[in-house]
Amino acid sequence: MSDITSQSLFELTSNIKEKKLSSEEITKAFISRAEKSKKLNVYVTDNFEKAIDQSKKFDSNPNLDSKLPGIPIAVKDLFCTNGVRTTAGSKILNNFVPTYESTVTQNLWSQGAILLGKLNCDEFAMGSSNETSFFGNVQNPVGENLVPGGSSGGSSAAVAANLTPVTIGTDTGGSIRQPASFTGTVGLKPTYGSCSRYGIVAFASSLDQAGPMTKNVRDCSMLLEVISSFDQKDSTSIDYKRNYYSKELSKDIKGKKIGIPKEYRVDNMPDEIEQLWKNGISYAKDCGAEIIDISLPHTNYALPTYYIVAPAEASSNLARYDGVKYGFRSPGQNLIEMYEKTRSEGFGDEVKRRIMIGTYVLSSGYYDAYYLKAQKVRQLIKKDFDDAFSKVDAILTPSTPSSAFKIGEKTNDPVSMYLNDIFTVPINLAGLPGISIPAGKDKNNYPLGLQVIGKPFDEQNILNISYALEDKINFKNDISDWWLSE
Amino acid sequence: MSKNSEYLIERENKQYEVIIGLEVHAQVTSESKLFSQSSTKFGAEPNTQVSLVDAAFPGMLPVINEFCIEQAIKTGIGLKAKINKKSVFDRKNYFYADLPQGYQISQYKYPIVGEGKVILDMPNGQKEIGIERLHLEQDAGKSIHDIDPNNTLVDLNRSGVALMEIVSKPDLRSPDEVNVYIKKLRSIMRYLGTCDGNMQEGSLRADVNVSVRLKGETEFGTRCEIKNVNSIKFMQMAIISEANRQIDLLEDGKEIDQETRLFDTKRNETRSMRSKEDAHDYRYFPDPDLLPLEISQELIEKIKSDIPELPDEKKKRFIDKFNLSPYEATILVSDIETSNFFEEVIKNSDVKLATNWITGELFAVLNEKNLEISQSPVSAKNLSKLINLIKDGTISGKIAKTVFEQMIDGDQDPLIIVKEKGLKQESDPKAIEELINKVIENNSDKVAEYKSGKDKLFGFFVGQAMKESKGKGNPQLINKILKEKLNG
Repeated sequence: MSDITSQSLFELTSNIKEKKLSSEEITKAFISRAEKSKKLNVYVTDNFEKAIDQSKKFDSNPNLDSKLPGIPIAVKDLFCTNGVRTTAGSKILNNFVPTYESTVTQNLWSQGAILLGKLNCDEFAMGSSNETSFFGNVQNPVGENLVPGGSSGGSSAAVAANLTPVTIGTDTGGSIRQPASFTGTVGLKPTYGSCSRYGIVAFASSLDQAGPMTKNVRDCSMLLEVISSFDQKDSTSIDYKRNYYSKELSKDIKGKKIGIPKEYRVDNMPDEIEQLWKNGISYAKDCGAEIIDISLPHTNYALPTYYIVAPAEASSNLARYDGVKYGFRSPGQNLIEMYEKTRSEGFGDEVKRRIMIGTYVLSSGYYDAYYLKAQKVRQLIKKDFDDAFSKVDAILTPSTPSSAFKIGEKTNDPVSMYLNDIFTVPINLAGLPGISIPAGKDKNNYPLGLQVIGKPFDEQNILNISYALEDKINFKNDISDWWLSE
Repeated sequence: MSKNSEYLIERENKQYEVIIGLEVHAQVTSESKLFSQSSTKFGAEPNTQVSLVDAAFPGMLPVINEFCIEQAIKTGIGLKAKINKKSVFDRKNYFYADLPQGYQISQYKYPIVGEGKVILDMPNGQKEIGIERLHLEQDAGKSIHDIDPNNTLVDLNRSGVALMEIVSKPDLRSPDEVNVYIKKLRSIMRYLGTCDGNMQEGSLRADVNVSVRLKGETEFGTRCEIKNVNSIKFMQMAIISEANRQIDLLEDGKEIDQETRLFDTKRNETRSMRSKEDAHDYRYFPDPDLLPLEISQELIEKIKSDIPELPDEKKKRFIDKFNLSPYEATILVSDIETSNFFEEVIKNSDVKLATNWITGELFAVLNEKNLEISQSPVSAKNLSKLINLIKDGTISGKIAKTVFEQMIDGDQDPLIIVKEKGLKQESDPKAIEELINKVIENNSDKVAEYKSGKDKLFGFFVGQAMKESKGKGNPQLINKILKEKLNG
């Protein structure tokens, strides 16, 4: 048996079910590795002591019929966890301990999983490099001083570094898929309405979705199966019959029509990304898929549209962090002064930038020109996909326009940072499911990902296509454990 | 309305007309809040009816309370208004300590209810007031500034309670019309059970828009909005004071600034709260946590079929069926409790007498004791018994008043009072004749005068006979027999 922490979720659950491993052994293995991995800074809050107690409890009376039997899992610190500090990567929630549990994490615990801890992320999920977190940078295990992507950077790093078997992140504009791509892992953003938003600290309500982040496609299907559920506590949750994703997982994609959108061939795209895409296309052909050139004409407008819609919603969603009820408060002589000090000191620069953009685009006199226009363009982007999906079953694109970059490289250039999301943002705007799988490496040996986009609620199809491609690509993430300390 | 009833404010040969529009905030009658399951009960200990949603904890999401939607539709139907099959909840963004989300969920561009109307019964006829719209929104919490000397305290019990904002067109022209309008609106909602209209508990408040113009002018003047007035009396005072302030400005050749004002009840004047320039930019946008609200025709039909008879219809029925005057009918239907009481009384008794007794004696007592009809000291059952005693001649109207006074004390049965006190009317013609004979004997001089043509003395004989009967003689019978005797 290979080292516990390098095992996939599938292997770990099999080993527990076959009683080859106990939950306690597994939990302790991950904790022990985490204690030697502080340099990566993936944890904001650990839950190690309680996790060991819970693993012992599990072992004393194991329910082996559950889907995540005694599996320790760390989650992004955007999910509210009952009794465990939840910060959203922000000073303003530095001491916030929820008395309630998000639906998605509850789904994990209901299937036997155990909370290992809360993973670092960009502040309020706003960022593409995990550099906006109040709790500091996360190191990408792929290479020192490399960003792990964002906003689910702690999550992607934790999976790649074998610090959690799987994890869940949230994706508003690429926050699962981009970090997955940067770390050589798998990340899936489900269809909007698949996973409940109840108990997830909101960034942009009409775009936010939770999703699985894993080592491989099979694990991804297993985790999605657990977290996707209809929830009456979220009015945007959709009641539809969900698949048994892991059971129905299949490499047979013969005859599937896969679209290649010409608009994703952006200016200055590195040759290696172009080559990665070509390889993906030829692998898909090898699997018997039919490749069809398609057009998504409004792709160019997706990024500006996103950077109107998302900040607009965020400016309003973050109004509740005002120092009155919970979280950080900086006292003032009067209410206005208290607000100003609390929010100036409690939020970081990127969050403040987006609150200001959002406030501006919703202001009277600008609303029509920005917010309303963006909503109209959003409809056109959605229609592009609707039209494309009348011809194809799925769409294949690169996940990101580049590989992971150095810490600090883009912090002073927000626009170049925002451009990271150019391939992922349209999918959120259209509410579609999208998955990033590791597909190759660049000249520095940094991972690169391919994205498979599906029709609404067609997660099974993009999982199957990814499963088939994964097999052909046969990606190996050679991570040297450079950060380990004794 | 006829000319002479117009409400005009005079200034040196000039007459100003006052234009009023109301935005009424009516609390929806509902066990739980608009987007959470917390209780809405009035008067609970501070912050005991607050859910995580109401206090806007991270990751909490609003879930619409269907019952509040139905209540709004019901109210819309009661206002003869268009129900919009698609409406949208928007966020109205502003910071305040008692607004936990940092925004109020309201409806801005697409309200649940569109144009409707309310009919006012004014002393000289009916007047129709247009309704612009009705929309649903959350109430905020309450800031309390006078308990702690250094801090403002916040009570979130009201936070998230469902309100209906009912916006009138600028059709009101006088404080009297405002009075009748509010009462009518309140009456309709109480009939429907959609708002209890309790102004003391803040279930009904209004923002009052006032502008003035010279009589005959067709353009509207610049308006000011007086925020959050919580009684009809204060609304009327505020309108008069604000209209006069605006007229004084115009008379001085000054301009009126469009602004939001507050009414100072102690000084009886309005003062500026914020100017148009300082107006909040609420940055309305559709709430992405809530899907657009879609209402099916079936639901509208179902609610329509449950609508009770409303005051206007009831009034028409009372006039047509019971032959009441429009004035009487208006009074009796003005409040659901009153009309229920009336209908209960007339189940077993005479309509005309019931109308007179309810609008006369009973209302007088209620006024005097400052009671609602629901707290009436005399039950409908006993009042109808009393009316039957009058109708069948057992007691006279005059005796009935004595009986009624006693009934008030603990809702006593009039039959028992009449029996115990021996108040039964004397209706035996023989007994009456006997006592009339006595009167005639004792007053032979007056009889002679009468016979010689002094007709006026008839009343004297009636009085004497009544006195002789100790007030119990049947007046009709006394009249009849007296006439026979004296004229015979």
